[in-house]
Amino acid sequence: MSTSKKEWRQARWSEPLVYEIGDPQKTGVILPYLDELPKLAERVGARPQGKVFREDTPDLPGLSEVETARHFNRLAQMSYGVDVGPVPLGSCTMKYNPKIFEEIVRDPRIKFLHPLQDEDTVQGLLEMLYLLERWLAELTGMDRCSLQVPAGAAGELAGALMIKKYHADRGEERDEMLVPDSAHGTNPASAAMAGFKVVRIPTSSRGTIDLEALRSVAGPRTAGLMLTNPSTLGIFEDEILEVAKLIHDSGGLLYYDGANLNGIMGIVRPGDMGFDIVHLNIHKTFAAPHGGGGPGAGVVCAKGDLVDYLPRPLIERDDSRYFWDYSCDKCIGSMRIFYGNIVPLLKGFLYIASLGGKGLREVAIQSVINTNYFITLIKNTKGYELPYDPSKPRKHEVVISAKPLLNDTGVSAGDVAKALLDRGLHAPTMYFPLIVDEALMIEFTESEPLETIEEYAKTLKEIAEQAYTNPGKIKEAPANTSVRRVDDVYANHPKTVTPTYRVYLKRLRGEIK
Amino acid sequence: MGSSRPIHWAPSSSDRDRSRALSVMGISDAFELYRDVPHNLILDKPPRAGFDRMLSEWELRLTVEKYLSKNTMYIDPPPFLGGGWCPHLVPALVDYIISRPEFLTAYTPYQAEINQGLMQALFEYQSLIADLVELDVVNASMYDGSTAVAEAFLMALRVTKKRKILVPEHMHPEYRRVVETWLYGKNALLVSVRYDEHTGRVSLGDLESKIDNETAAVYVENPSFLGSIEEDVEAMADAAHKKGALFIVKFEPISLGLLKPPGRYGADIAVAEGQPLGLGLNYGGPGLGIFAVRWDRKLVRQMPGRIIGLTRDAEGRRAFAMILQTREQHIRREKATSNITTNEALMAVAAAAYLTLLGGRGLRDLAQSIWLRSHYLAKRLSEIGVEAPVFESEFFKEFTTRFPKQYKAIHVELKKRGILGGLSLDRYWPEKSNECLFCVTELHSMKHIDKLVEAISEVIKE
Repeated sequence: MSTSKKEWRQARWSEPLVYEIGDPQKTGVILPYLDELPKLAERVGARPQGKVFREDTPDLPGLSEVETARHFNRLAQMSYGVDVGPVPLGSCTMKYNPKIFEEIVRDPRIKFLHPLQDEDTVQGLLEMLYLLERWLAELTGMDRCSLQVPAGAAGELAGALMIKKYHADRGEERDEMLVPDSAHGTNPASAAMAGFKVVRIPTSSRGTIDLEALRSVAGPRTAGLMLTNPSTLGIFEDEILEVAKLIHDSGGLLYYDGANLNGIMGIVRPGDMGFDIVHLNIHKTFAAPHGGGGPGAGVVCAKGDLVDYLPRPLIERDDSRYFWDYSCDKCIGSMRIFYGNIVPLLKGFLYIASLGGKGLREVAIQSVINTNYFITLIKNTKGYELPYDPSKPRKHEVVISAKPLLNDTGVSAGDVAKALLDRGLHAPTMYFPLIVDEALMIEFTESEPLETIEEYAKTLKEIAEQAYTNPGKIKEAPANTSVRRVDDVYANHPKTVTPTYRVYLKRLRGEIK
Repeated sequence: MGSSRPIHWAPSSSDRDRSRALSVMGISDAFELYRDVPHNLILDKPPRAGFDRMLSEWELRLTVEKYLSKNTMYIDPPPFLGGGWCPHLVPALVDYIISRPEFLTAYTPYQAEINQGLMQALFEYQSLIADLVELDVVNASMYDGSTAVAEAFLMALRVTKKRKILVPEHMHPEYRRVVETWLYGKNALLVSVRYDEHTGRVSLGDLESKIDNETAAVYVENPSFLGSIEEDVEAMADAAHKKGALFIVKFEPISLGLLKPPGRYGADIAVAEGQPLGLGLNYGGPGLGIFAVRWDRKLVRQMPGRIIGLTRDAEGRRAFAMILQTREQHIRREKATSNITTNEALMAVAAAAYLTLLGGRGLRDLAQSIWLRSHYLAKRLSEIGVEAPVFESEFFKEFTTRFPKQYKAIHVELKKRGILGGLSLDRYWPEKSNECLFCVTELHSMKHIDKLVEAISEVIKE
């Protein structure tokens, strides 16, 4: 017995807002030691009094435990993650998140550790973090890594600040950061936050960085180049050694955006390519879950002189113990309080511990097989094309363009995405990178079995076929998700934009126009 | 390469599936897919990572046990240690909710229609925080309290186009280091405002003398790092606003069960560490950066981070969407208000679930319980001749204590008795070696507190 995917339906609970069902007098929390309160009040002999205190009870709706459970479970049922179906968002590396990691990190000997408790009481934890750092340095070809950065973008900011301080300490005024036009949006944003002027480098017709263009701008003002390799097109920068030499000869530094490591992990190392600073995302390549947007965890790694600039503290070891080293002659400081996002970092530790170097290498190879297997299945499908040298193998991801489909039928990449949702499949990253029109950026990772990839390719074909016969139907998608197509104009219009329930009520009362 | 069995979590990596895929692609060896990589870059053997072989779940568990057994946890009594990160209740339901795979394994909800539940949870988080602080606009999270402060400062620089920011000299030292790091690329100037040695509160006189037309923002922590609750916040807000500066307040979320919310006393931006709202300790991470802003187009346009808004779908039903994305990096690139993309969304869902479980009344009860317990400890300490609290001011859960001798030695003795004491202030200020910061919360019973006091009493007599 088989069921067509077209019959897929997402839950549609029409779940009210907590404000519409809750009551400030209701509570579901069982507070500890409440019976002590009268005695405590008597012993303390005073109560909160004075102008800093409020008389009123905060106006927050409460629910009982069972109602809270139902409310959030219904919301969960109207959500979609890797455990529901494939989420092949390009550059997001949405791999499966092993459940054993979730179980281990909930051990009370992790959960109940205070960040400022004495180092001699957390030696086991520090040892795991020490090993994690060693392994990541080995995988990137760097000397040291700081576990401090809470996400990839924070790693980029750390890297950009390191570059800034490195040049400043040498008395050099270098204010330009070179960023390819195919780069993640976080690269130029991070460079700008660090105070750099961003210089955009075009992509050549081969899909790699335009070496001539790079040559024409690299010079005494160049602070560095922020590069992703393989690029967001999934194409390996085969002239990377020339690129590195060019930047280094001009006195600049090379920064590696590690969001795209998954296809080359254990096979090629950024350090060997000539990069000076690297960030990695534990929540992508190393299987920590993305949590609907976070928490992630990052590391920022460096080699040679740049190690001195890494954010502190670094994890260290001497003969008898592990400890945090705060010494900082040249370092940029700290990117966040304490040491890093420990829970996702530990999942990264568990992932590497489970697979070992050989396993990680097989992961990379499988992710590349999956990408290219998909390309083989989808190529020559009317409506889609593979921009930039189709003969080049892609790595962790591939970008296809729905431009022919749009030209022929009026159905856009965005429409294709919504049609995928209607068939129970999450859409790829859309309209990115910006250099590809009607881009659909797809990354299956090693997690997806061949059968899922086949189903995905088949569904994309069916959608294209439907676009040629009944484009109107696709323009109306989705119909099977918990809501129909969302009105982004209404959401953002100054007269209707509503970021909180508080604003919603003020609009109803006419207090905001 | 390859084997008869697939490697962990890569279901098609078995020999059988690989040969099938490769034959469809018309190649014989997977390494052909790396033919464009310069040969001299390819590693000749796998990297040295992990334990040089694959581990099964069972072996992983045993391996990790070896490390975990070297950690000491303190739950009975819980740590009396804070520094802006205290032990608090994590209701089982909160952890259950954020373990739901539809939330846990989702990406940022770029496809709104298939992630409405997640978006509603985040909208509810934003709404609950807005009502807690009494400011209208809240983003879907920053990384933690310290980066929320850094982002608030960067925002103030953009909004006012000025460069000076007044901060308390006893600002959380770790926050200060983070903020200085984030501001390194900007031409900003942090100016310290003195605190009153008697009350521990920011000196209003010193603040007024340092504020000028070049001031982008006035920042206060309420309660302060050393525990004092500020009283002159309205006057500080007025002083800031008179000079065209923003008033930025860092608050403690549970304390707002008792204290007036920042929106009521003139804050333009309110930030906090959301860790007390059901996140747990976890050795310091993940946290949750709370970021709230007054409803003012000029301010909202300069806000960092993702925001979920209320809208409708094609059939006019209620729906949720990401809003005001033209501030964000994936659209504005170098002109974005921040580079943030991955945030702490799941922790925001946890906070929303916890606040829902509490309700307004529950929050007040919780805050009252904490207030009583911290005051009970202070009272008991002063009864045995220890100076607690050092400052004559109101406090909430953390307060400064001064001992007749070095606190560090006392700390070691407490540890021998199974008690994790306070935070020695010489970690940040060498001259404060006799002082520590204690944190008392709803998890500390009277017995726990009595045990601490009795131990201290023994130790200081020695």
